[in-house]
Amino acid sequence: MSAQAAMVIIGAGQCGVRTAAALRENGWEGEITLLGNEGSAPYDRPPLSKAVLLGQRSTAQCAFYDDAFYRDQRIDLRVDACVQQIDRGARKVVLRDARTIDYQRLLIATGAEPRRLDVPGANLDGVHLLRTAGDANALAEVLQPARRIVIIGAGFIGLEVAASAVARGCEVVVIEAGARALMRAVPEVVAGYLIDRHRQMGVQFHFGAQIERLLGSTRVTGVKLKDGTQIDCDCVVVGIGVNPRTELAEAAGIDVADGIAVDDTLRTNDPHIFAAGDVCSFPHRLFRRRIRLECWKNAEDHARIVARNMLERGETYSEVPWFWSNQYDMTIQIAGLPAFGVQSVVRETGDTSRIFFALDRDGVLVGASGVGKVSDIARDVRVAQTLIGQRACIDPALLEDRSVKLKGLVAAEAL
Amino acid sequence: MSVETNAKVHWIAACAPDDIDEEDVMRFDHDGASYAVYRIAEGYYASDGWCTHEHAHLADGFVINREIECPLHQGRFDIPSGKAKSAPVCVHLKTYPVRVEDGEVLLGLPVQDAS
Repeated sequence: MSAQAAMVIIGAGQCGVRTAAALRENGWEGEITLLGNEGSAPYDRPPLSKAVLLGQRSTAQCAFYDDAFYRDQRIDLRVDACVQQIDRGARKVVLRDARTIDYQRLLIATGAEPRRLDVPGANLDGVHLLRTAGDANALAEVLQPARRIVIIGAGFIGLEVAASAVARGCEVVVIEAGARALMRAVPEVVAGYLIDRHRQMGVQFHFGAQIERLLGSTRVTGVKLKDGTQIDCDCVVVGIGVNPRTELAEAAGIDVADGIAVDDTLRTNDPHIFAAGDVCSFPHRLFRRRIRLECWKNAEDHARIVARNMLERGETYSEVPWFWSNQYDMTIQIAGLPAFGVQSVVRETGDTSRIFFALDRDGVLVGASGVGKVSDIARDVRVAQTLIGQRACIDPALLEDRSVKLKGLVAAEAL
Repeated sequence: MSVETNAKVHWIAACAPDDIDEEDVMRFDHDGASYAVYRIAEGYYASDGWCTHEHAHLADGFVINREIECPLHQGRFDIPSGKAKSAPVCVHLKTYPVRVEDGEVLLGLPVQDAS
């Protein structure tokens, strides 16, 4: 690569900034340009739905690095960059003001865009999304005692907001179009266990509910369901999933398949362009299909690998997915992809702590979902993560029996 | 195994050598502070018990090779040095000298809080 060669990263979220840092750690001496559009330096998103909504942390405290880091690491961070186009022929990124930036290698780490509700009233004041620091600050102000909050969508964002809102003294109703919570993430038995806890904390649920419209003239005052049910509220939070931000890639003729399609080295069909994090779909050796993940650990792992591959190290990505959530005093940790299981096996690891193992049709362990106290679940979920990586077939009776040490089931070569 | 430092330490018995499995970690509380005591192939080591990132006890974590992985977010520290090795942890972990004598694992804790 030439002396002027530059690494350009579109998207200054976790994956983008961690890739920039990893390029330096791996010895890259040339230019690094990191293009963001949120108006602030990259920050960590997991606290937004938890510590920030609870008033325990400010969004400023969520920044990954201080200004000195970008200066010392010679990372040209631009926080108001609007990328108009990727010119693959000329290997340039074109900004809205027509300025261009040459790249030797380009990473698209544009993340995902929260889906908006498509019903009348969806644009009323008091209808919130939660993706950015600005979103979190706006919502944190609203979560005052006795406020009535309607959350649309019983995914992880919806449930985390529900738990935070309850802790702030709000009355919370969750409306979900599907038959149950967390349809894409975990088996029914896990979702049921979590929802029981939410109900104990006073959260009301409407499953299989179709929204007809949001009510109100300028500010939202309620939600009307198609079955005629009307729920009055002071605010609505929409958490109905995200769409990968693929527009730039699509316009440039880069392959897209539920996200920017990359190979197992995170490279697109253009050898000079990579994609990583929430925006990309990639083939996973364990699950033998193309998957897309929307979580912190994946963004972190992708950043580490893609930085090395932008430097032509040719490393393949094969980490076992791992995810956490916190709701009330419960920690939830998920290894693998439990939704791919057809059989659930439960291990009671404490009074209110459970690990739900998910086995596929062939009896291969594909997921483990721990719910409860960290000290009751973290180690076993971690061991399960290793077992999932080994595509282990384990007798359900052993998984169920808490007197059996999971670590003893790991094939020796992995430890 | 003895580690001499300039700071004055007193040696406090934490456990018996076999109380910790190989490649494992145990919690030890003393005088209002909490520690993690490790047993790895190289020997016994000790550090502060709480992760430097968020509120999680490293004794609930996972020992893998020479590293301790935090149970909350899987950040890792090098056990012998306490050095932060992988995100989200970035602040190093304070370590303490350890020696094994007369069937006891002893932690060298500062006489006055020197941290």
